[in-house]
Amino acid sequence: MSSANLKSQMVTDLHVATKKKKRSQWVAVWKRLKKNKAAMIGLVILVVLIVTAIFADVIAPYGYDDQVLQNRFQTPNSEHIFGTDAFGRDIFSRIVYGSRVSLQVGFIAVGIGAIAGGALGAIAGFYGNRLDNWIMRIMDVLLAIPGILLAISIVASLGQGLTNVMIAVGIGAIPGYARIVRASVLTVRDQEFVEAARAIGTSDFRIIMKHIIPNAMAPIIVQVTLGVANAILSAAALSFIGLGIQPPEPEWGAMLSEGRQYLRDFPHVTTFPGLAIMITIFGLNLLGDGLRDALDPRLRD
Amino acid sequence: MHKYILRRLLYLIPVMFGVSLVVFTMMYFTPGDPARIMLGESAPAEAVEDLREELGLNDHFVIQYGNWLKDLIFNGDIGSSYRTRRPVSDEIIDRFPTTLRLAAAGVAVSVVVGVPIGIISATKQYSFLDNASMFTALLGVSMPNFWLAMLLIIQFSVNWDLLPSSGLDSPISYILPAITLGTSSAATIARMTRSSMLEVIRQDYIRTARAKGQVESVITNRHALKNALIPIITVIGLQFGALLGGAVLTESVFSIPGVGRLMVDSIGARDFPVVQGGVLFIAIAFSLINLLVDILYAFVDPRIKSQYK
Repeated sequence: MSSANLKSQMVTDLHVATKKKKRSQWVAVWKRLKKNKAAMIGLVILVVLIVTAIFADVIAPYGYDDQVLQNRFQTPNSEHIFGTDAFGRDIFSRIVYGSRVSLQVGFIAVGIGAIAGGALGAIAGFYGNRLDNWIMRIMDVLLAIPGILLAISIVASLGQGLTNVMIAVGIGAIPGYARIVRASVLTVRDQEFVEAARAIGTSDFRIIMKHIIPNAMAPIIVQVTLGVANAILSAAALSFIGLGIQPPEPEWGAMLSEGRQYLRDFPHVTTFPGLAIMITIFGLNLLGDGLRDALDPRLRD
Repeated sequence: MHKYILRRLLYLIPVMFGVSLVVFTMMYFTPGDPARIMLGESAPAEAVEDLREELGLNDHFVIQYGNWLKDLIFNGDIGSSYRTRRPVSDEIIDRFPTTLRLAAAGVAVSVVVGVPIGIISATKQYSFLDNASMFTALLGVSMPNFWLAMLLIIQFSVNWDLLPSSGLDSPISYILPAITLGTSSAATIARMTRSSMLEVIRQDYIRTARAKGQVESVITNRHALKNALIPIITVIGLQFGALLGGAVLTESVFSIPGVGRLMVDSIGARDFPVVQGGVLFIAIAFSLINLLVDILYAFVDPRIKSQYK
């Protein structure tokens, strides 16, 4: 074979061998995760949440906006498991539908943050020098403003509604992912196989995507899990202040806000949305912690 | 050492410029006409237009930003509130001590509760106490703090009528808000303390002390804790900064007149000067606290201190 072909073959072989090693690595990680009971509970909670969101129409006994004004403020009973709210709407159904909103916000906001942040971090780490400097400086500007305040300002300027909440929370998440990916890129950038790939003319984009990003997956996964939790909390906080998802959309934070005026007389209106938020975040945190332990390189090989 | 501090401070300047630009841009694009809001819905169009000219709202974006920046740098003037006509700096400085006190109370609660729990959990690792504490800590982190605030209000104000649920009339008024703010911080600090202590306890010098026959409690409190304290201090400092930002929600629920609530109200009322000045102010405070924490960390950790000798 010509020397170019030989090099190409070597890189491919290395790549295939790496892929095989990676696949069994993931299996090992999964096995380690399964042993962690707490993490498994977290996973179950997440799965229950996802199932609830997907099958909300089937699970919820009432619509989320069925106002029956004669039934206002009922405490939990046989017809309404969690009771009714100020407009006679079934709280259980609202919580079930609210899971859709929460999951949407969680995943899309984190998606925005991870993709945009990851891209910026990869570029900064890979090309270094002034580009790195500029990008990280912009990240510092974003980090200088405390999270909630940043989200509030962005939603205020973009307007209310689900999409803008996702964008606002997503933007706040960008610096975190940028840092993680940049750190990973820096550790791998100078290794030989990158040099080899460059030598046979692989485009920078391919190098980043195929060789460098997989390295960063472990911390990214942990960050994503915890990020979804944070996004759901932020969305709830925004709705609580009145700057987020608008009624009659059922969002857990908005439900808390509505129930606030009736705290004295009908506390049950706020109990269940709050519990829903707490259990969700709790489960995600358990899972995130478990993933972090399972992916810990110190425990590997 | 001084060069390091100076460099960090100088670095803050471009970052703060960036923050000011970001905030200004966001406010510029926020829907809502401040002039109309100030004069009311029924005001005649010409009056609104005159006010817009007067406030410079019709100028080009760059000119508005430039003017604002010029006033800020040369006159220390960040404009006046659209709502109260008072200087923004006055509005903020009136409220900042309150928020500061609240954040300090929150940090106090979190340290007093979090550190001991973390220490006990570490020394009795895997015991029931450890598991229960860490479970509770995780719950604490997972609870939305505005919900916790409402639960506390239901229990302590409505049901038992023990503690005030709004305002700041007396020192007791600080209790519920401090607990609200401090809980998630306490949980974070407890977890951090536990993991830091665990790392330290495994070290050889602890084994040596034990082998020499030192009493366990002295080992824990003097040797282990002192070394474990380094990252803990960092976390405490960062929590303080985070509390400044997180006070927004707590102040809203408890109707406390602090900077956080000022921000929320002003954003809702399209009071742009207050928002611009306020966010800039908070960002500066936040960054300075982080810088202080870094410096403190360098001072406290003898390994880093020696690098700069």
